[in-house]
Amino acid sequence: MLIKGTGQLTKLLFRKDRVKIIVWLTILLAVSLAAAFAYPNVYKTEQDIMAFGLTVENPAMVAMIGPGYDLEDYSTATMFAHEMLLFTSIAVIVMNILFVGRATRADEEEGQLELVRSYPVGRLSYLSAAVIEALIVNLILAFVIAFGLFLSGLDGMDLESTMLYGSILGSIGFAFAGFTALFSQLAETSRGTNVFSFGFLLIAYFLRAIGDIESEVLSFLSPLGWIVRAYVFTENAWWPVFLSFITAILTIGLAYYLNSIRDMGTGFLPERKGRKRASGFLKTMFGFLLRQQRLNIFAWAFGIFLLSASFGSIMGELESYFADVDLIKAFLGEYPNESLTNQFLSLLIGIMALFSVIPAIMSVLKLKSEEFQNRTEFFYSRAVSRPFLFSHYFLFGLIVTVVVQMMIPLGLWSTGSVLKEMGVPFNDLMKASLAYIPALWIYVSLTAFIIGWFPKLSNVVWIYFGYSFIVLYLKELLKLPDWLVNISVVEHVPNFLTEDGNLLPLFLLMGIALLLYIIGIVGYKRRDIVG
Amino acid sequence: MNVIEVRGVTKKFGNFTALNNINLTVGEGEIYGFIGPNGAGKSTTIRILLGMLKATDGKATIFGKDVWKDAVEIHKRISYVPGDVNLWPTLTGGEVIDILLKLRGNGNSNKRDELLERFDLDPTKKCRAYSKGNRQKVALVAALAQDADLYIFDEPTSGLDPLMERIFQEYVRELSQEGKTVFLSSHILSEVEKLCDKVAIIRQGEIIEEGTLKEMRHLTRMNVIVQTKEPIDGLKEMDGIHHLEKRDKEWHFQVDADKMGSVITHISEFGIIHLESLPPTLEDLFMGFYEGSVLSENKRGNR
Ligand SMILES: Nc1ncnc2c1ncn2[C@@H]1O[C@H](COP(=O)(O)OP(=O)(O)OP(=O)(O)O)[C@@H](O)[C@H]1O
Ligand SMILES: [Mg+2]
Repeated sequence: MLIKGTGQLTKLLFRKDRVKIIVWLTILLAVSLAAAFAYPNVYKTEQDIMAFGLTVENPAMVAMIGPGYDLEDYSTATMFAHEMLLFTSIAVIVMNILFVGRATRADEEEGQLELVRSYPVGRLSYLSAAVIEALIVNLILAFVIAFGLFLSGLDGMDLESTMLYGSILGSIGFAFAGFTALFSQLAETSRGTNVFSFGFLLIAYFLRAIGDIESEVLSFLSPLGWIVRAYVFTENAWWPVFLSFITAILTIGLAYYLNSIRDMGTGFLPERKGRKRASGFLKTMFGFLLRQQRLNIFAWAFGIFLLSASFGSIMGELESYFADVDLIKAFLGEYPNESLTNQFLSLLIGIMALFSVIPAIMSVLKLKSEEFQNRTEFFYSRAVSRPFLFSHYFLFGLIVTVVVQMMIPLGLWSTGSVLKEMGVPFNDLMKASLAYIPALWIYVSLTAFIIGWFPKLSNVVWIYFGYSFIVLYLKELLKLPDWLVNISVVEHVPNFLTEDGNLLPLFLLMGIALLLYIIGIVGYKRRDIVG
Repeated sequence: MNVIEVRGVTKKFGNFTALNNINLTVGEGEIYGFIGPNGAGKSTTIRILLGMLKATDGKATIFGKDVWKDAVEIHKRISYVPGDVNLWPTLTGGEVIDILLKLRGNGNSNKRDELLERFDLDPTKKCRAYSKGNRQKVALVAALAQDADLYIFDEPTSGLDPLMERIFQEYVRELSQEGKTVFLSSHILSEVEKLCDKVAIIRQGEIIEEGTLKEMRHLTRMNVIVQTKEPIDGLKEMDGIHHLEKRDKEWHFQVDADKMGSVITHISEFGIIHLESLPPTLEDLFMGFYEGSVLSENKRGNR
């Protein structure tokens, strides 16, 4: 039997992942509920709601979060759906990619699969277990969110709508679980699987963004384009849920087929023959690090460049949109001095900056995974000191931060000739982006610090990262108290678009980064190296 | 001067004692065998010697220098092959070897190519495509191609086929002829028996025996096969006799080395027709040390 033992393996996966599952589900539910409760508090009058409807209808926002509702349909519930649905879906998708990628390729790569296969289990059992795990997690998520919202008793949260909202999250998550399962068969490594899966997510986001402002046809090619057309709380269209589910079935079916015809440890996109000798550059530490991670870094840099370029291209439409609508100007009188473009730009640069530090965090975390996979011992059994290796990974992370971060102003500028017309000089754009670097370096040095002292807890850095994200995106809405906002370092970055930024915080941030790094080294020198 | 000296080293992981007060002495030019079953603490000992793990207690030196404080200094003269070879999946074997040789700075390119040929290793393959044995060969080539004073091997042949194992052994002998010191952890007894001058046996974190093979054989039991004219009485009651067994007319048993004299005196009374005494193999030694001292793992504390 091909799927013998699936039940047992599913239990095993759940036991292995239970903490992660609980953390993800709790955070997703908590953030959704917090946001849902916040809207009625922030937008009290009809006028507030109208103003919101007008602001989110501009092309830049549409590109970022999807097309909105008809102006008269805006209520606190639809506002919630419009602002939260796409981003929550992306978080759910990331969760699915990580879980399925882990349970398929990564376990195969590390030999767990070989061990399991040697027991009386079917060829397809492990994949089946991964799929079942994803299905169950997404089902739970759908129900928890649906009933959580429904039970909140907030205005407009009727059962059908909240069920649809939850189902969209669950089904789009499951669809991407399917894509990841498929990619895990095609790629030969877990890294390859991740690159394909996240790359696909990026493309899907992109297609939808362009489609939503240019031509709807493109949006229908992207699963993300479907879900923003469900019009939860008004039309309640269920077709995106069914379409996502069918996509999941098809991709999983294909993954099964490929899995059944391939050998263990191989993929369908084969590797080329390699070099016999190492080049001079590869023999340097930086060359070595770059070689390991270049694909990842390049993919991130490219993705961030493209995203920035696409936002740059709609910048012009944004301003003319605002110019046309006098009404909006009236509503937005509360920000007399700041141009809307600048406001939007700073939010955009903030979000993109956070994205751009991900590859840098990953590259430093590599030091820990190298250790736990017994690879640092090749260095430490030779005349390599601990500070040497530690500092190289750290420095490499700092450089990656800068390089990837540079893609933001370059991307915005490459298509944003309109930016010039609007009086946003390239210098300002550059300054505003560069201003983030010291704060971003703190993520890098925090990672290094954790690896130095508590290597087993290194993933905690992602929790802090996620926290920063939530603060950045939702701080106004959730009216977070200052101290909670201040915990996130990117909140201390001065805005060079709207003011002549203060340099002092930048130096302070750099000082903190340096300090974390130094304390990290001290710990790293003292502790046991696993392998 | 001794190359490696370990004095009273203890290593705890939490409250689990992986090594308990171990002592080792490796002299210059020796091939030193370090044997013990899985989980005995071989790799832990080696990682302490390499300065990767910090001993909870005790002192270990290599070339007279502290293994923890002077790790980098010591490593300039050391070459090491890990037990569990994991390589970088995206690099080729050839690239990995070059990188590792560069780290030491005194790799020999001719030696590298010779080793690649002897071990029959394709350096153009990506490491992820190598089998376990081939990954081990990559590490072996990188270690043997560089010039060091001390070579530390952690179960270097566990993934190699017998032919490759032999090639490895030839290289080790060559090193020893050049006066290098070799520290070889293994649980393949025949290999240790063939190569090593001196052996330490570790079990559940404790060194239960250290010495030359010759000394150890003295300390332990001889295998005896004897046939006499008259039936032998009283063997069972004698001290120091183990595994007594009668096959046809022959008696097979083991005798503690120090009781050999009295046993021979006793059986000679019955008129010896045929007497064989065989020195114990390392395997006998090994098993001998295990029997009767089956400590359960949890005696070492819980993890
Ligand atoms: N980092 C660690 N944390 C906790 N326990 C550990 C750690 N490293 C090793 N141990 C434990 O210490 C004991 C000795 O392990 P070690 O790897 O030294 O054994 P070994 O003799 O090399 O065995 P093998 O022949 O299987 O390689 C084992 O019980 C192992 O589980
Ligand atoms: Mg070992």
